[in-house]
Amino acid sequence: MAAEGAEHAGGSHSPMAQFEIKKIFDLHLGNYDVSFTNASLLMVIALAVISGFMIYAMRGRSLVPTRIQSIAEMLYEFIANMVRENLGKDGMTYFPWVFSIFIFILVLNLLGMIPGSFTVTSHIIVTFALAGMVWLTATLIGFAKHGVGYLKLFVPHGVPLLLMPVIVPIELISYFIRPISHSVRLFANMMAGHTMLKVFAGFAVMLPVWGKIAPVGFMVAFTGLEVVVAILQAFIFTVLTCIYLNDAVNMHH
Amino acid sequence: MFASITMLAAAAGEAAHEASKAGLPQLNPDTFVPQLFWLALTFLTLLFVMSKVALPRVGEVIGERSDRIKRDVDAAGRLKADTDKALADYEKALADARANASGIAKQTREKLSSETDAEKARAEKNISAKLAEAETRIAATKTKALTAVNDIAAETARAVVAKLVGHDVSLDDVKKVLQPVAGE
Repeated sequence: MAAEGAEHAGGSHSPMAQFEIKKIFDLHLGNYDVSFTNASLLMVIALAVISGFMIYAMRGRSLVPTRIQSIAEMLYEFIANMVRENLGKDGMTYFPWVFSIFIFILVLNLLGMIPGSFTVTSHIIVTFALAGMVWLTATLIGFAKHGVGYLKLFVPHGVPLLLMPVIVPIELISYFIRPISHSVRLFANMMAGHTMLKVFAGFAVMLPVWGKIAPVGFMVAFTGLEVVVAILQAFIFTVLTCIYLNDAVNMHH
Repeated sequence: MFASITMLAAAAGEAAHEASKAGLPQLNPDTFVPQLFWLALTFLTLLFVMSKVALPRVGEVIGERSDRIKRDVDAAGRLKADTDKALADYEKALADARANASGIAKQTREKLSSETDAEKARAEKNISAKLAEAETRIAATKTKALTAVNDIAAETARAVVAKLVGHDVSLDDVKKVLQPVAGE
């Protein structure tokens, strides 16, 4: 990722160069600039990879799954169990949505690990849009299901009346801060890991041959860790989505 | 070694400086709209493909498999119930047959013993009849013998009287004289 990233950035060694958005071709929709960029390319690739994989894996629809089919089924069962555990049986209505969020973030994170590619989820605007969608959806479902009663979410059970003036604002703030913490967690993890790799790659390039071993060894280990982080962050984002959705659907405290 | 460390520090400083000069690419608002547009487009397409095509297929296969397993387990359960029932029937038949056999044996035993009893009774009756007959015959013989003894005694007495007295007495007279003795 390091060397190629540096080349693309026109010789710049900045560890931030890998996050630059580069136009591939211009595109306008009314007054808006909706140019096809490297981020768009990665999103389209992710869409193609996911759709292609899920459809190719299930082409046999065999009772005894092939290896690739069992991977698709494993992903399905993994998210389905998560949804069932958090939202109950009725929560399966939201399963395709939760599954799409998980697989999209997972594949974007993993595609970002390919050297020279681009990490869409390292952009706060993307993670914030996803987290905002989750928050807005959960809030709308909450009001649609419980009406004004959804506001009881901010008045926890069994809290003495005296503490209400303190608790309710805290609950409100924590509710409104959800999309921020939700999005920054993913964005910061992805950005920090990739920046770190780039910084060490820079060291490896600059150091004399005998000194390269340390940063290169570190990079090998850290790349493994980054793959784990990529999977883990997709998982965490999805679990939080389920938890927020559960607040809206079931209102259990 | 020291040289390399200073070099590293210098490189890191330079990198940090360049980053701050350029600003974070993530915070450039010009890139927001195209990113949001393509995110919406790709995510909604993905959501559509997943919810309408890909996931129903997976769900269908998994559901079909669990149905099949459930069906097979049910069938196995049913077969087991059938087997158990057949076994129970067999055991019941066996018990019935056993009960039947012992009934027949008892009946036969009773019949045989009643027959034996009847036979025994008949034999006893026969024997007692024969005994009675024999007894009457003995009695008759005894009487006849006694009569004969009387006759002999009378004859002997007549002969003795004739020898002693010298004249014949009739047999009937002798008998008359002897009668009470004989009657005793």
